[in-house]
Amino acid sequence: MDNAIEARSLVKTYRGDVRALDGVSLAAAPGTVFGLLGPNGAGKSTAVKILTTLSRPDAGEAWVAGYDVIRQPAKVRLAIGAVAQKSGLDLQATGSENLLLQGRLYGMRGGALRARARELLGRFGLDDAADRTVRTYSGGMQRKLDVAVGLMHRPEVLFLDEPTTGLDPEARVDMWREIARLAGDEGLTILMTTHYLEEADSLAQRLAIFDRGKVVAEGTPDELKGELRGDAIAVELEEQALGGDVRQALERVPDLYDVAVEARALRARADSGARAVPVVLAALEAQGIKVASVTVSRPSLDDVYLRYAGRAFSEADEEAKKR
Amino acid sequence: MTHMVADTLFMTQRHFRNLLRQPAWIFISLVQPVVWLLLYGALFRKIVEIPGFGAGSYIDFLTPGIVVMTCLFSAGWSGMDLIEDIDRGVIDRFLVSPASRSSLIAGRLVQGALVGVIQSVIIVVLGLVVGATYPGGIAGIAALTICAVLLGTGVGALSNAIGVLSRRVETMVAVSNFILLPLTFLSSVFMAKALMPGWMQSIARYNPVDWAVQAGREGLTSGPDWGLVMSRMGWLLAFTVVCAWLATRAFRVYQRSI
Repeated sequence: MDNAIEARSLVKTYRGDVRALDGVSLAAAPGTVFGLLGPNGAGKSTAVKILTTLSRPDAGEAWVAGYDVIRQPAKVRLAIGAVAQKSGLDLQATGSENLLLQGRLYGMRGGALRARARELLGRFGLDDAADRTVRTYSGGMQRKLDVAVGLMHRPEVLFLDEPTTGLDPEARVDMWREIARLAGDEGLTILMTTHYLEEADSLAQRLAIFDRGKVVAEGTPDELKGELRGDAIAVELEEQALGGDVRQALERVPDLYDVAVEARALRARADSGARAVPVVLAALEAQGIKVASVTVSRPSLDDVYLRYAGRAFSEADEEAKKR
Repeated sequence: MTHMVADTLFMTQRHFRNLLRQPAWIFISLVQPVVWLLLYGALFRKIVEIPGFGAGSYIDFLTPGIVVMTCLFSAGWSGMDLIEDIDRGVIDRFLVSPASRSSLIAGRLVQGALVGVIQSVIIVVLGLVVGATYPGGIAGIAALTICAVLLGTGVGALSNAIGVLSRRVETMVAVSNFILLPLTFLSSVFMAKALMPGWMQSIARYNPVDWAVQAGREGLTSGPDWGLVMSRMGWLLAFTVVCAWLATRAFRVYQRSI
C-alpha cells in the first residue's frame, strides 16, 4: 500500500434511503494535499467520516496510513488527525486545556505533552490567548486551534473538512498559508474538502470532484482544466475590423480554433495560449490590424465542474441548500 | 483497561472544571437545597403531629429527603451537557481519537457522583444548622450519601441515554419535567409512606427514589435496620447497572447514525 489514503468503491446509505456515497474510489500519495471538491451535500463529509473511522461504509474498502479503516480502526486513529466541519472544541476550556486533553487521549504525558502544546500555540499565534476560554476566541482563532488540536499528536495524515467555511477573507488567506506550509514543511498528507473552487485550485495537488455521491472527475487541477482543451485568448482590437479580414489573417496560425469576431472583440481557443499569442499578434500585424490588448486565461474549475457534473457549481450548491 | 480508567479520569476532570466555571450553576445548586430545607421545613412542620407519621421532628425527616432529591435533580439534567457536546462536534472529535468509548459516558457519571457527594455533605451540614439531628452518626450519613449517589448515577445514565437518542434540548426538558417531580412526590421524600394513599404506596415500592430515601433515613436512625439499608442499596446498584447498560446501548445507536 503506497498511498497514504486509498478508498475503493465506498457506498454509504443513510436512513431514509439517502445515498450519500455511491461507489467512491480515490487515492492520495504521501506528502501531498488531496482535495475533495463539490457542492454542499455531494458526499465529501461522508467520505471523510468513513476514512477517519467515525462511520462505517455499507460496502467498499479503505486504507489510511497503511491500515484498514474497517478492520484496524484503532491503528488508523493513532495515525490520523481530523478537523471536522463542526469545530469540536470545548468552549469552556482554554486553548491550552483543549490541547492538553487532546494530547492525553493519545497517550502523551508530562513535559513532552506541555512542550508540544506550547509549540503549537506559538506556531498558530495563539500564545496570548492560551489561557483564555475558547468562548472568547474569534472564528479565525477557533479554526486555528481546531487545526492545532488535530496536529497535537503529530499525525501522518491530516483530514480537514471545510477548513475555511465561515471565515472572513483575511482569516481564510491565513488558513491557506498554514495548510500550504503543513504540506510543504512537514511531509504531512492532507485530505481537504472544500466547496470553494479557488481553494481547491490553489492548495490541492490532486482533486476529486464530487457530485451526488460520486467522483465525477479526478486529477491535478491542471489536468482537469487541460481536458477542456486549450486556453481562451481574448484580443481587443483598436478599431473595428471586418470579420472576414481577421479570419483570413488567422487562417494559417496552427492549433487555433473557435475564432469568433464581434465588433472590436476577437475570441479564440488555442492548445497553448502562451505559444499562440505571438503568432496571432504577428498575423494580425501583417494584415494591418492594430491590437489594443490581449489576455490569455486557463479554463477555471468552474468550467470543469460544469462539464463533468452537467450543471454549474453555484447551481448545484443552491440546490443542495434548498434540500 | 488502564487506558479506560485514565481516559475516564481525564473526562471527569474536564466536566468538573467546566462546572466550576459556571458560577451561576454553583450559586443555584447551593441555594436551592437551602430554600427547600427552609421552605418545606416550615410549610410541613406540623405534619409530624398527624397520628401515624412516625417521626419526631420534620426537619430530621426532611433532610435525607432533600439530599436524595438534590442528587436526583442534578442527575436528571446531565444529558443536556451531552447534547451540547454532540451538537458542537466534541463527541465526534473524541470518537476519531483513540479515547476509550466508555469514558465518554463514564466520565460524566463519575463527575456526577463526585458532585453528588459534595452536595450531600453540604446539605447534611445545612440540616445541622437548621436543627436536624443524625442519631445514626457518620455510618448513617455515609449510607445516605451512597444511596443518593447511586440513584443519581442511575438517573444520570438514563438522562444521557435520553439525550443521545433525542439529541434535542426541548425533548430533554420535557421528559425530565415529566419524570422528575412525579418521581419525587411518588416517594417518601416529603411525606411518610404510611400516610400516602394506597395506590401511591404501591407505586412508591418500585420507585428507586423511594429506595434511596428509605435506606438513607433508616441509616440515620439511632438503631438502623442494616438489613433494610443493604437491600435497598442492592436494588439501587442493580438499577444503576441497568441504566448504565441502557446508556451504552443508546450511545451505540448514536454511533451507527453518524
